[in-house]
Amino acid sequence: MELLKKLEILADAAKYDASCASSGTDKRNSLGQDNGIGSTEGIGICHAYAPDGRCISLLKILLTNACIYDCLYCVNRRSSNVQRAHFTVDEVVTLTMGFYRRNCIEGLFLSSGIIRTPDYTMEQVISVARSLREEHGFRGYIHLKTIPDADPELLAEAGKYADRLSINVELPSRAGLTELAPEKDFAGIRRSMGQMRLRIDAGREKSHTGRKAPRFSPAGQSTQVIVGADASSDRDILDMSTNLYGSYGLKRVYYSAFSPIPDASAVLPPRPAPLVREHRLYQADWLLRFYGFAADELSTDAAGNMPLAIDPKLAWALEHRERFPLDVNKASREELLRVPGMGVKSVDRLIRARRFRGLRLDDLARLRLPLAKVMPWVVTVDHRARGLDSLSLGKPAAKQGELLL
Amino acid sequence: MRSVVLAHEVDWGGWRDAARTLALSNVPPDEVVWSVRAPSDLFAEQAEDMPMPKPSGVFTVSRALVSLAETVIQAREPERFALLYRLIWRAHAGDKHLLEQVTDPEVNRANRFAQAVRRDTHKMRAFVRFREVVEQGVTRYVAWFEPSHFIVEANAAFFVRRFATMTWSILTPYRSAHWNGVETSFGPGASPADVPDDDKLAEYWRTYFSSIFNPARLKISAMTSEMPRKYWRNLPEAAAIPDLIRTAQARVDAMVNTPVISAPKPTNRFAQTVTELPSSGLARAAVEVAECRRCHLWEPATQTVFGEGPPDAQIMMIGEQPGDKEDLAGRPFVGPAGQLLDRAMAEAGIDRTQVYMTNAVKHFKFEPRGKRRIHAKPDTAEIMACKFWLEIERAELAPKITLMLGATAARAVLGRAVTISRERSKPIPLNGSTGFVTVHPSYLLRLPDEEAKAREYVAFVADLRAAAALLDTV
Repeated sequence: MELLKKLEILADAAKYDASCASSGTDKRNSLGQDNGIGSTEGIGICHAYAPDGRCISLLKILLTNACIYDCLYCVNRRSSNVQRAHFTVDEVVTLTMGFYRRNCIEGLFLSSGIIRTPDYTMEQVISVARSLREEHGFRGYIHLKTIPDADPELLAEAGKYADRLSINVELPSRAGLTELAPEKDFAGIRRSMGQMRLRIDAGREKSHTGRKAPRFSPAGQSTQVIVGADASSDRDILDMSTNLYGSYGLKRVYYSAFSPIPDASAVLPPRPAPLVREHRLYQADWLLRFYGFAADELSTDAAGNMPLAIDPKLAWALEHRERFPLDVNKASREELLRVPGMGVKSVDRLIRARRFRGLRLDDLARLRLPLAKVMPWVVTVDHRARGLDSLSLGKPAAKQGELLL
Repeated sequence: MRSVVLAHEVDWGGWRDAARTLALSNVPPDEVVWSVRAPSDLFAEQAEDMPMPKPSGVFTVSRALVSLAETVIQAREPERFALLYRLIWRAHAGDKHLLEQVTDPEVNRANRFAQAVRRDTHKMRAFVRFREVVEQGVTRYVAWFEPSHFIVEANAAFFVRRFATMTWSILTPYRSAHWNGVETSFGPGASPADVPDDDKLAEYWRTYFSSIFNPARLKISAMTSEMPRKYWRNLPEAAAIPDLIRTAQARVDAMVNTPVISAPKPTNRFAQTVTELPSSGLARAAVEVAECRRCHLWEPATQTVFGEGPPDAQIMMIGEQPGDKEDLAGRPFVGPAGQLLDRAMAEAGIDRTQVYMTNAVKHFKFEPRGKRRIHAKPDTAEIMACKFWLEIERAELAPKITLMLGATAARAVLGRAVTISRERSKPIPLNGSTGFVTVHPSYLLRLPDEEAKAREYVAFVADLRAAAALLDTV
């Protein structure tokens, strides 16, 4: 098969993985080096955007889309009729180096269908990373998908070359996984995440004995969960995320709205999950991680789902009107973070700015706060929010409507 | 009025010298007119220096202000030189917290310029596309880029760090940057005609771009807000965009409307490969306990942590429950308390490899708290549910000494509430063997003051030694 055709098949097969992050690894560059190429400087770069609005930072491909598993939600499951292809190790290396030299990518995100055994597959994936690092002096970013319950020695080797490792939990509930992917082992996935956390933590610690622990995935680990393929509610999903962040120190949980795939199985929902649901989950995830919210504070309906029409912070604020309006010149950081329209950065700048003068509405505008969104909730020197009920807060903004496409 | 003519658009050295001189000479911002020499003069013979009064004295401004000025000077805004001088003037006049006043109109304006420069810088790093050119056996990489601001000079170092081992040129309308593998040089602007056509890999890149796109998630404005159309003509992949958009809906319809094959529900192909259970009671329990559902603690936990140690161990040590580290590793006593216990055991002359170590409760009970999990005490119902497994371990091991670390272990074994301080340090008869109660090592870790810690540690080691000594008497 032509390399171009393989690339077409194996990129197409990789597009359901949402992660494209290339940030947060250790810093390195190619200055003063004899050979090799590449640098990482902390902040990842999105080199292109596809018409689905997703960034393209890494060359995201599968080594092969052949798979011995039969996970129903997956386009590459063994009972699917999609065309199969395999890259050789050298082909992946050539494409990665070629695209990198042309400044198309930050690096490689390599995953694979399971062929023969988990250990065999893991070895193949590691071979690519080893060749890039050791034979070609590649100093760009490498994200490897790890295979649950592969040999711990293989995990250690993957972590030596990779900047980030990930294992997808795939479905929010054990029942969902048993139903749709019976060959995947929920407990095994979590055990592997536990192993990775121990190694990532050890790699970061400065050893008091002077002997450094081996390099292990400096940009940490992440995971992905498919939304809307099983019956899990938003609350179930966010409880799962809370557990995963706390237990395994994940950098990110990626939410992927179930999307129709070619040659789909009849067991799956016939319609795609609304993208706006995925969007709300990301917003809620941010509230959990950066805004001091707990999953059980977010407002949900009886079934445990968040409203789609308004964002989760606005929904929370509407249920806690008694806490508003807040005086931006006096409120604490924790309180300000709960004002609809205020982000972490703007709150921190606001707190710095109010040390010098009482803030007025035009100050908020200079802080680039969305005034229309913020005004109903705050008091400034020259403004006092009137009753919330007079405002049509429940109306979704045009931008959110667009997500419903 | 003073007139300052800078050598070029990002003449940082010229601006800084002038600003320093003017401020020291007490020339207010309103009396200075800033301009830039015509670009055509840039690479011509150096014009004679502007006459300037030599500065007397020195003054300093914050590193943050210098850094802001270095960024702002790259903005394509004619007023930037004057704006920056006004900020310098105010800082010089003693405004110490100038930059913290982010809502001050001048500070705000400078920050917005800086933000625009940073965004443009980032976009240049993202959207420069090199084409490979081979001439007389030498490979070079050439790119064309149209920045919105004057960012080429400051941004060249990034490309050097990344592509240090390549020879490359980045051409832009106002300036070109070249790296020959040793040093950077800058030349006059260029035109798109100076850049070679797409090389052979461009087609591969376009194919990748098209294949990674998911037609079921079409969201054009999200693409254009991050990758505005003005950059498209420089991106080989952008040529594919119109077709991808035009055909997206038809592709989704085809997927959704194609009759689905009613494949049978998947079965676990590997389910039959479950190995036979071991015959020994302890080994069988170690397998079975992994699926324990006797209480709800298994749900949020990673795994069951069963006991470990030789099956003929004479000492059995029982703790409360696995902690964070034990839950991740799947082994008892490997976290901070376990390490303290290891040290104390070594001092007491007890070989850990000869001891069977386990816990009263086999799952980690915790409260999630942000990025951490906070230990929660198991309640009586949980201890009782898990006693099933502890009884199997005790019956199979039949240890001579059962060492209970802490109140939970003591409750599980003795079946009653135990006050450690009252019952520690002495043998307690158990059915045909000897029990011994002491504190849990995590108690030592929680003690706030060092003196108490040291005292309690000594007592703990003494308890371990006394318990081990019982082996000779029973």
